[in-house]
Amino acid sequence: MLCEECRQRQATVHMTKIINNMRSEIHLCEQCASNHEEFASITPFSMNDLIASFMDMGAGHQAFLRSATVKCPACGMDYARFKQSGMLGCRECYQHFSNELLPVLRKIQSRTEHSGKVPKRSGSSLLLKKQIKELRQELKIAVETEAFERAAEIRDRLKALEASYREQGRDIK
Amino acid sequence: MSWIEEKGPDRDVVLSSRIRLARNIAGYPFPTMMKDSDAREILDTVKRCFSVSTPFSGRRYSVTLIKDLPEVDRQVLVEKHLASIDLMQHSDVAALIMDDRQRVTIMVNEEDHIRMQCILPGFQLDKAWEMLDRVDDTIEAEVEYSFDDRLGYLTACPTNVGTGLRASVMMHLPALTVSKQIGAVLQTISKIGLTARGLYGEGSEALGNIYQISNQITLGPSEQDIINNLTVACQRIFEKERMAQQAMLKVSGKQFEDVLWRALGTLTHARVMDIKEFMALISQLRLGVGLSIIPGLTAENVNELMILGQSGVLGKRAGRELDDADLNAYRAETIRSRLNEMLQA
Ligand SMILES: [Zn+2]
Ligand SMILES: [Zn+2]
Repeated sequence: MLCEECRQRQATVHMTKIINNMRSEIHLCEQCASNHEEFASITPFSMNDLIASFMDMGAGHQAFLRSATVKCPACGMDYARFKQSGMLGCRECYQHFSNELLPVLRKIQSRTEHSGKVPKRSGSSLLLKKQIKELRQELKIAVETEAFERAAEIRDRLKALEASYREQGRDIK
Repeated sequence: MSWIEEKGPDRDVVLSSRIRLARNIAGYPFPTMMKDSDAREILDTVKRCFSVSTPFSGRRYSVTLIKDLPEVDRQVLVEKHLASIDLMQHSDVAALIMDDRQRVTIMVNEEDHIRMQCILPGFQLDKAWEMLDRVDDTIEAEVEYSFDDRLGYLTACPTNVGTGLRASVMMHLPALTVSKQIGAVLQTISKIGLTARGLYGEGSEALGNIYQISNQITLGPSEQDIINNLTVACQRIFEKERMAQQAMLKVSGKQFEDVLWRALGTLTHARVMDIKEFMALISQLRLGVGLSIIPGLTAENVNELMILGQSGVLGKRAGRELDDADLNAYRAETIRSRLNEMLQA
């Protein structure tokens, strides 16, 4: 019997569910079964295992050699414990384990740059950058709709924001 | 009142919409490496956010230390999806802050310092995000979050870093499950960065044909992008489920109706019921109510029954320890009497 999902491999995992009179049968190959919710609960598979396996793939043998020596100086978390638990100990860990983390992030996340919400009180340059981007968009709309007074206002605010952004020693594109 | 008893959009297929944000406070190690004194300071800091004048749209918030909570009450909170199992496992230093409508809960000293969630009935992710975004702003006015310009909000587990946002929709998909289309659906969603779980989180099986679909990716897309992506996928799934339900009704009409009515019959007459059978019957009842085959009951009634039949809720109600046999008999009795009340109302 062929696997019902991929229709390529031999189905080796079979399950029958009988819920009162409703009966359903599932026949899958091992690979597809591992993606399956019902079977996932039979063969436990956690996010931490996933992280651990990605870390081995990403950093390879070198990471293994480093494991004995690398310890976060801020919180004391060591690489072996991180690998085993999938948990970091503090914000510094992100820096200290960055070599190991980046390949993991590339695999489990879509990008490695945040583009969402920014805490206002952080005074982060990201916040400025985001405001500048939004103002530029507003300016464009103001010009297009010939709201020139509004456009002039926006232009003044933009100038001020761009100046403080440069004060932080950054370039604006 | 909570998501369980309130009406929500798309209630024929959706039980609840939930947004969760993970946050950590700057200057402290994450809970994995923090000391008990850190945990106490963090709890004091978070509590302070809720003591300033009516910060959260006038709602009253209560603070509960998990260690003061009897085991059975902890289980009830988990079964109502108001707190996580993880919070209960950090019981010595963890706390739960909850509003009086049980919509917003803030878990303190769980896997991260702060895990806040908003849960609403039916399909309303946007509203849940709008509410939680405001709660987040209010907390942020009092504390400094651990935030990195490139990586965003820093979390103990790198699977949450960036937005720290997990949006999830709890839905009932009996027709897709029975017609075996669910496998393909779940496989498709995994390709667009979404993931599916059973009723009670990671690794739990799809008891009662209930699935929680949520975003896997937290870093890269903005909060709104994540929510939009999930919204579109969910709408497709609802459409498919409704089509499959109609198809079942068309193809096996009387026989199909018979199954649903028998579920009502069993629920109103059984003397012993284990959780598996109960959840299967509740699934059929929900389907019968959703398709207007079984009159006199609402989707909210079914939600209430579903939560009422969970082990912790029953234990709390009984006020005594129940062994398995006791529990199954007590479940049948409790459901039978509540369901009869509903039908006579
Ligand atoms: Zn296959
Ligand atoms: Zn560290």
